[in-house]
Amino acid sequence: MSAPDDLTRLTAADLAARLAAGEVSSTEATRAHLDRIGAVDGPVHAFLHVSADEALATARAVDQARAQGEPLHPLAGVPIAVKDVVVTRGLPTTAGSRILEGWVPPYDATLVRKIKAARLPILGKTNMDEFAMGSSTEHSGYGNTHNPWDLDRIPGGSGGGSAAAVAAYEAPLAIGTDTGGSIRQPAAVTGTVGVKPTYGSVSRYGLIALASSLDQAGPVTRTVLDAALLHGLIAGHDPHDSTSLTDPVPDFAAAARLGATGDLTGVRVGVVTELRGEGYQPGVLARFEESLDLLRQAGAQIVEVSCPHFEYALAAYYLILPAEASSNLAKFDGMRYGVRVEPDEGPATAERVMAATRGRGFGDEVKRRIILGTYALSAGYYDAYYGSAQKVRTLIQRDFAAAFTQTDVLVSPTAPTTAFKLGEKLDDPLAMYLNDVATIPVNLAGVPGMSLPSGLSDDGLPAGFQVIAPAREDARLYRVGAALERLLETRWGGPLLKDAPELEVAK
Amino acid sequence: MSTPWRDEVARVAGLARIDLTPTELDRLSGELEVIVHSVARVSEIATPDVPATSHPLPLSNVFRADEPEAPLDRDEVLAQAPAAQDGKFLVPQILGEDA
Repeated sequence: MSAPDDLTRLTAADLAARLAAGEVSSTEATRAHLDRIGAVDGPVHAFLHVSADEALATARAVDQARAQGEPLHPLAGVPIAVKDVVVTRGLPTTAGSRILEGWVPPYDATLVRKIKAARLPILGKTNMDEFAMGSSTEHSGYGNTHNPWDLDRIPGGSGGGSAAAVAAYEAPLAIGTDTGGSIRQPAAVTGTVGVKPTYGSVSRYGLIALASSLDQAGPVTRTVLDAALLHGLIAGHDPHDSTSLTDPVPDFAAAARLGATGDLTGVRVGVVTELRGEGYQPGVLARFEESLDLLRQAGAQIVEVSCPHFEYALAAYYLILPAEASSNLAKFDGMRYGVRVEPDEGPATAERVMAATRGRGFGDEVKRRIILGTYALSAGYYDAYYGSAQKVRTLIQRDFAAAFTQTDVLVSPTAPTTAFKLGEKLDDPLAMYLNDVATIPVNLAGVPGMSLPSGLSDDGLPAGFQVIAPAREDARLYRVGAALERLLETRWGGPLLKDAPELEVAK
Repeated sequence: MSTPWRDEVARVAGLARIDLTPTELDRLSGELEVIVHSVARVSEIATPDVPATSHPLPLSNVFRADEPEAPLDRDEVLAQAPAAQDGKFLVPQILGEDA
């Protein structure tokens, strides 16, 4: 069923235009998405919580305001899903962890305040790996999400819920967060679009912190233009986040519309030597090469650049992230929020209650990373591990700086493989970590990155194309991304998602 | 069975305030050994002349306007606490000695 009047199949931009023209109401659009969630989310399990009443109340208020001729944000009335790591006042927020089961935050993240001020109905909270630690959502404390392309496969992670929600037409827009690839890798394996903005472009206030020097929230959508529109809504300086950039927000949508003309004359595109080749699935590489050909035909100049220190990025990341996470997650002590577990025996002192609460409340991957981070920061090891990782970070930043003297954007496959089977890598942490080999350098350097679909690999599953720009030049992602999307869709005869199997609809 | 890595994981878990079961200790000690060995290669290129980077886009002297803002609603906050009493968080005894 993909009738043109099915509101869930519209892009956010098209839905916004129909809302503005008065052809449909936000109530109709919101109800259509809630119905879709009811029909397919059982097997997909993208949502941890659906906020139907709140979403419909927002939708009705938008419809009323529109009827009265009030000025509205262009995305007003377009429904959105929010990753469960982002705090939402009055809506349960768990970050995928049992330790926060049932917690209802007393405040909104800044990006949620912006969404509420612009009056986008919030459909619910999406599933994720616990505290955003993972690449498959298999580390969620509430069961994994399934890839809409093949329900036996992972939807990527940590933001697999947000990616699956937009891929399954349960929401036109979603919020993700990306610490090492958690927006881009799920986008790649679900045939959707995801952007990790420049570090500081979007406020981190109200994000349950994983690694504070790497975390960044961004848009999860089906098209490049929709990502640009959503990025424009959530970006901007926030006095509540001292790392938030003070620069004015560029017009990302204008960049996407410019790109959609399909002309990239004079744009210099660098192919990173170290992010292709060994470990990459042949079908993923083939789609990558075809996309390069299209960019070349659009007038772009393709050059090869080397970033020799990228091969150390994964090692540096798995020291810096656990170190920061072990510190950030120390606040889950069973005192002020979340669950409290008393020790089975002996005195119930605060220290012993904290240890019992964390022993019971945290899942395997969270324990693994806190132990690793605490070890790396402990006396005698700090210089060899954490100190060295911070130096590698400098070398990776220098690689980017050198590459961007010769190029305007860098490109690579987003992830080395397509979606793997659920359970396949669960017992091998290092194999799981390799999924993020091409996305991690971007977070270490704070630069922006986008993933968009490049086609189907030999196994019939989506592959992703990553575009990387210098810090503060996010607009370049939208220009190049929209151009490639246009050229690919012309070849495919429509969006890649039209080739996804129809999900069985529950009665 | 006691091994150097198992002892190390037990020590670090104590620092991190996480109770681990004997099974978890066994598994994590094997995994930590493999992961630490893998990430240790950062020291291959971290020579003394390379400065450390702690933040991707360093900012300095960040202040916000000194303006009063409404605090979180106390009752809303305490309603989410594991235990509360008389408008305060209720916590277990902080010190281990007899009261």
